[in-house]
Amino acid sequence: MQLDANNIGFHYENGPWLFRGVDLSIEPGEVVGITGPSGRGKTTFCRILASYETAIEGTVTFNNMPLSRKGYHPVQMVLQHPEKAINGRWRIQKILNEGYRPDEELLELLGIEKEWLTRWPHELSGGELQRVCVARALGPNTRFLIADEMTTMLDAITQAQIWHAVTEIAQKREMGIIVVSHESKLVQRLCDRVIEL
Amino acid sequence: MSILKVENLSISFQQYSAGLKQIEHNVISNLNVSIEAGEIVAVVGASGSGKSLLAHAILGILPSNAIISGVITFEGEELTSARQKAVRGKEIALVPQSVNFLDPLMRVGSQVRTSVKKGDAVEAQRAVFKRLRLERVVERMYPFQLSGGMARRVLLSTAMVSGAKVIIADEPTPGLDPVVIKEALDHFREFANQGCAVMLITHDIEAALQIADKIAVFYAGTTVEIARVEDFVGKGEALRHPYTKALWRALPQNDFMPIPGSQPHPSALPSGCLFAPRCSMATSECLQDQPEMRNLRDGIVRCIHAT
Amino acid sequence: MIASPKKKPLNYKQWALMKLLIYVVVIIIVILTGVFLDKENIVTNLTDRNAPPSLDHLFGTDWLGRDMFTRTVIGLTLSIGVGLIGAVGSAFIALFLGMTAATMGKWADRLISWLIDLFLSVPHLVTLILIAFTLGGGFKGIVVGVTLTHWPSLARVIRAEVMQIRSAEFVQVSQRLGKPGWWIAVQHILPHIIPQFLIGFMLLFPHVILHEAAVTFIGLGLSPHEPAIGIILSESMKYLSSGMWWLAFFPGLCLLIIVRMFDQIGENLRLLTEATGNRH
Repeated sequence: MQLDANNIGFHYENGPWLFRGVDLSIEPGEVVGITGPSGRGKTTFCRILASYETAIEGTVTFNNMPLSRKGYHPVQMVLQHPEKAINGRWRIQKILNEGYRPDEELLELLGIEKEWLTRWPHELSGGELQRVCVARALGPNTRFLIADEMTTMLDAITQAQIWHAVTEIAQKREMGIIVVSHESKLVQRLCDRVIEL
Repeated sequence: MSILKVENLSISFQQYSAGLKQIEHNVISNLNVSIEAGEIVAVVGASGSGKSLLAHAILGILPSNAIISGVITFEGEELTSARQKAVRGKEIALVPQSVNFLDPLMRVGSQVRTSVKKGDAVEAQRAVFKRLRLERVVERMYPFQLSGGMARRVLLSTAMVSGAKVIIADEPTPGLDPVVIKEALDHFREFANQGCAVMLITHDIEAALQIADKIAVFYAGTTVEIARVEDFVGKGEALRHPYTKALWRALPQNDFMPIPGSQPHPSALPSGCLFAPRCSMATSECLQDQPEMRNLRDGIVRCIHAT
Repeated sequence: MIASPKKKPLNYKQWALMKLLIYVVVIIIVILTGVFLDKENIVTNLTDRNAPPSLDHLFGTDWLGRDMFTRTVIGLTLSIGVGLIGAVGSAFIALFLGMTAATMGKWADRLISWLIDLFLSVPHLVTLILIAFTLGGGFKGIVVGVTLTHWPSLARVIRAEVMQIRSAEFVQVSQRLGKPGWWIAVQHILPHIIPQFLIGFMLLFPHVILHEAAVTFIGLGLSPHEPAIGIILSESMKYLSSGMWWLAFFPGLCLLIIVRMFDQIGENLRLLTEATGNRH
């Protein structure tokens, strides 16, 4: 159940190499931090791991098999701005159930309240929406979770709430987590090891 | 005397919910904050606590559907909408959140020059770019060509050349790496040392603690505590309001322990103390009225139980 | 500080809905009147020729004694009919081409964009006259003509809209959650397109009606036996100099009002579907 990235390189059309020769290997249950100055392509690297983007060179394998872009992806990603990651014309219920049907226990753990489900996204705050996005990404087939500046826009209390829930679930399911954050103290607190990009 | 003082500011909006109904949102209620010359006050709160709107209210750039009450004074005189127009960009300057506030069709150098009020505009712009370590080529760029860090520095430079007495910075730090954050914050300190007042609006309490003199903690659209930076130590024993204590303890370098619940939505605020539903100290008294701000141990707090 | 805005009895969305309903009702009344009105009034009646507006003949009568009110209403009904067919046809061509351009890859996009530019580079009326003339004029010629000429600007809007939604983060998330392309198109993309499509359709209407009247006016549209507004106006030109102002004035004014109403329906629809959040 290992996720491997071998010798990954990426550039945009006609652009210079954003990065080359990046390796990463992560085991189930492991929490790995990725840090580095802005503009080094941390987000792009994560997007490649989750098949949002295809690498120009190098391969990403899961269980030594290449990942398919079709079907439920075992590597799920939670992004910085929850408002952009949801369809504003859907009710919370529909957003939450897009991939699978989260159980009561998970909703309670993440502090998602029943009364939110019938509301529209613009009636929830950023912190509340982000909880919904996290729940949506934690399907039973999610083996690795990438948190790309997941709590950067949130206050310390909401940040701690979400991370407590996520780490608890990860331990229970032996799920791996990749943490991308500028906040060195958060990375230190959460991660088993840290790589610099 | 405070150079800028906000008293009992309330802001609400009429908003369309699904269909044709309108609901009222009380985004800011009974807010009090003041700032002295040479001082940096950080306004810290969760997203959706109404922080940005405070800045917009001071500058008089709220959307027309906002309903406002309360008094804002600048240099001891009330800031009317006519006066807001007169001082905006001259004596009170805003460092906005994003490049969207720049004119997309104008080279950034020229834009910064339009903010210069006294002396040689070109020289002033070049000097400030040099100070912020922006290269000469940047002045000929258009806003879309700037990287995130460069954009922040350009926005900052417009405020710096204006010679303003009060600078309001709206979320200047997110998405920047620590080195750039440190740099930006140092510029603010330098500013304050020249006798300016700086209001730093942020959700990043750590960045605020690095340079501010006072911290105003925001919750659900109002200030719950104004504390000195020195109060943020240890387990937070010196802090006054239970929300501030909880915020401090939830930081990753402290206990990383959250309290349950979330900030109430502006359309459904509790009638009494706004924090009461999440507060372990709450009594029936707390559910009656919103407590007034009161002085306590050299700070101000909005809680009847704080000691 | 700043005075709070006065409480209005209706908010602007409720106003928009009310205006919309009023216009729709007026247009329905015009159509029903046109369908059920006594056709006897437009047979030649030489005893009542050239009468100025009166209570018997609200819009007066023409040189053959035909009641101008009846002719105008029937003409408007006909125009609305042509407008409806033309606008529906054009809107669906726009939806199809816009969606295809945005989802079927580079070549489809290039071809369709080229086609849009081609049609937009020539004034509507010129292409319309060409098509109507080639098809021999008449009802068929004019309907095919307006349908084939009015889609490009809406197609461009839809193409841009679909492209924007396709690259939205929530669509990418949906793909990684294993949702198939057709599901995303129906659940994510269509709901965003429908308001644009409806408004675009309503705003096509007045264009189509005016162009139909214009082409008919110059004799390339509907046949002279039909009481179309274009025909009425072009016939009345001969009598204007003899002081029979009512022959052109009332039909022209009515055409203007109807066109303006369709425009307003589109405009108010836009207001109603606008994003609900006008906060911050």
